[in-house]
Amino acid sequence: MSRLDFDIAHLLAGTLVLISFLELYQDRLYSLLNVYALHALTLAASVAWQAFIQDAPHLYVTAAIALVFKAIVIPVALHRIIVRLGIHREIEKVVGVGAAMLAGIGLVALAMVVMLRVTHGADPLAREDLAFALSVVLLGLLMMVTRRNAVGQVVGFMSLENGLVLAATGAKGMPLVVEISIAFSILIAFIVIGIFLFRIRERFDTVDIAALDRFRGERR
Amino acid sequence: MSFDALSGVLLIPVVAAALLATLPNYRVSARLNVAATTLTLLCALSLFFKRPPPGPYLLADDLNSTFIVLTTFVGFTTSVFSLSYIGHELETGKLTPPFVRFYHAMYQVLMFAMNLALVANNIGLMWVAIELATLTTVLMVGIYRTHEALEAAWKYFILGSVGIALALFGTILVYMAARPVIGENLDTLVWTVLVSRAGDFDPALLDLAFVFLLLGYGTKVGLVPLHAWLPDAHAEGPTPISAVLSGLLLNVALYALLRFKILLAANAGALAPGPLMVTLGLLSLVFAAFMLYRRRDIKRMFAYSSIEHMGIITFAFGIGGPLADFAGLLHMTMHSLTKSAIFFAVGHIAQVKGTQRIADMGGLTQTHPVLGWGLMLGVVAIAGLPPLGIFMSEFLLVSSTFARAPLLAIILVFGLLVGLAGMFLRVNGIAFGEPRGPSAKAQASYVPMFAHLSLVLGAGIYMPAALVAWFQNVAGLLG
Repeated sequence: MSRLDFDIAHLLAGTLVLISFLELYQDRLYSLLNVYALHALTLAASVAWQAFIQDAPHLYVTAAIALVFKAIVIPVALHRIIVRLGIHREIEKVVGVGAAMLAGIGLVALAMVVMLRVTHGADPLAREDLAFALSVVLLGLLMMVTRRNAVGQVVGFMSLENGLVLAATGAKGMPLVVEISIAFSILIAFIVIGIFLFRIRERFDTVDIAALDRFRGERR
Repeated sequence: MSFDALSGVLLIPVVAAALLATLPNYRVSARLNVAATTLTLLCALSLFFKRPPPGPYLLADDLNSTFIVLTTFVGFTTSVFSLSYIGHELETGKLTPPFVRFYHAMYQVLMFAMNLALVANNIGLMWVAIELATLTTVLMVGIYRTHEALEAAWKYFILGSVGIALALFGTILVYMAARPVIGENLDTLVWTVLVSRAGDFDPALLDLAFVFLLLGYGTKVGLVPLHAWLPDAHAEGPTPISAVLSGLLLNVALYALLRFKILLAANAGALAPGPLMVTLGLLSLVFAAFMLYRRRDIKRMFAYSSIEHMGIITFAFGIGGPLADFAGLLHMTMHSLTKSAIFFAVGHIAQVKGTQRIADMGGLTQTHPVLGWGLMLGVVAIAGLPPLGIFMSEFLLVSSTFARAPLLAIILVFGLLVGLAGMFLRVNGIAFGEPRGPSAKAQASYVPMFAHLSLVLGAGIYMPAALVAWFQNVAGLLG
């Protein structure tokens, strides 16, 4: 593999981590969706690049899914759902921006330390990709726990999933990647439809602990 | 591909799901549902006699045959139970005919997904199957569309999705470990190939993979502290689904974990999965045992009891060795049978009383003797009192643990006793005392409940030698 191939793959995966950080401090739903679209776009570019350098044409399918479904269809659909349901446009966060960013930096450091130490034997590209992918996964988890809003949580989950696709495509020659990415897209489609069908509007308005306790049937 | 038992357990549910999705008449479809589960059960039983050789996607061995037979059996009895349960829900208007149609189709899709997860020889395929099972149960949990049900479904959805996402990362790491040894082809995800070559894998990668798989599939098993979805999903969904969730789906996730445990055991350099599983198991047991005390919702209480028992089973497999693995397998079987029997009883009780609140039930043994005593018998069994089957597995587990790790055994016994007391404290008020709440006659089918309970009782009194030998053989596979 040439130096350039490696550098571009590295650049794209690193950009994905950076965009995860961008998502972490968005406090308006629309801008969060835009940043997520950018996240998915970067993923599509990264997967397409992997398909090119690995000479694995089936990965273009995964790249196309990321481009069409995740970067265009899902953000547009969520945008319309927000308008239709009249959800608050601001995102309530559990912790402040500073604390979330610090936690994020800690998680990325953790991912690097763990993955680089464990994957001595693997080839350098897969190694870096896995480390970046684990960072994106952990940042996605952090986003899910720091958001009270259902749409915010879903965006966190979707960027977590982007990290998984990055890992699966970075693992050179992994079988069933396309099938798995399709299965995941179905899952995400379900979640988005779920937001709309379940009409969990109340959840967006009040998510205080007392209300949750009532739903749980513990304090009647 | 020729038709064999493996394609049978997969194809029958698929065909049935397609049929049930189109049939509008609920009486016909409920019976068709029973017929399909009967056929699937027969197919599964034939696996004991004749098995197709393992392929790149599907596999049948002694370990998963046990799981498949248990799954299809409980699937069959639950479909019989749901016949009368769903009829009542239609009468009271809690469900409308379109939802019932949806429910039956989803029931078969769920059976398909669970069977696929069990027969999959490919860890990628297994992952997809468990994801499908998660999606189906989410839809079923939210079927009543009350605020509580939707909240429960959403919570299950998000937590379950995070769980399977972590499991996928673990699966990718297993591939990374296998690639330098096996090469880049389809075999790299095939479990039988992985196990035969696992000795040469990079142990560090395998360790990391197992941690992710344990967290991921452990979420689906309902291990503390990843259990938050479980009580809500059990309490708010239709009761047949609570029975299937507790009795089967948790087992399927545990089965996935066991497959990877065997993989790690085949590598001398990898970490021992046992201590991790023992820790999570004991934590689940003790936590859930204490949670039993202040439950006010009857289904929620038995959901916590499921966490408790999954903890015991995980603990048993974590301790390992022929005796503890045997106890774990036996406990899993007995728990599936008993817990689904309890949910059958609870389903009818909740229908009669029109509520799931424990405070609004009382004196069941007077007003509904069959249901009341059935529930009592189930609780005696689940609490682990002799002479029922769970007593035997718990006794085996406790005695083998005392021989090997006495300190752990003390925690185990403590958890068991706390759980036992909590369970009886709550059930006492339901079964005995002044009758409370409506006392209309129950339109119940008691056959599935008593079939399960008599099996549990029978296993507690006398285990046929063939069955013991079978379980010993399977326990030997677990390594």
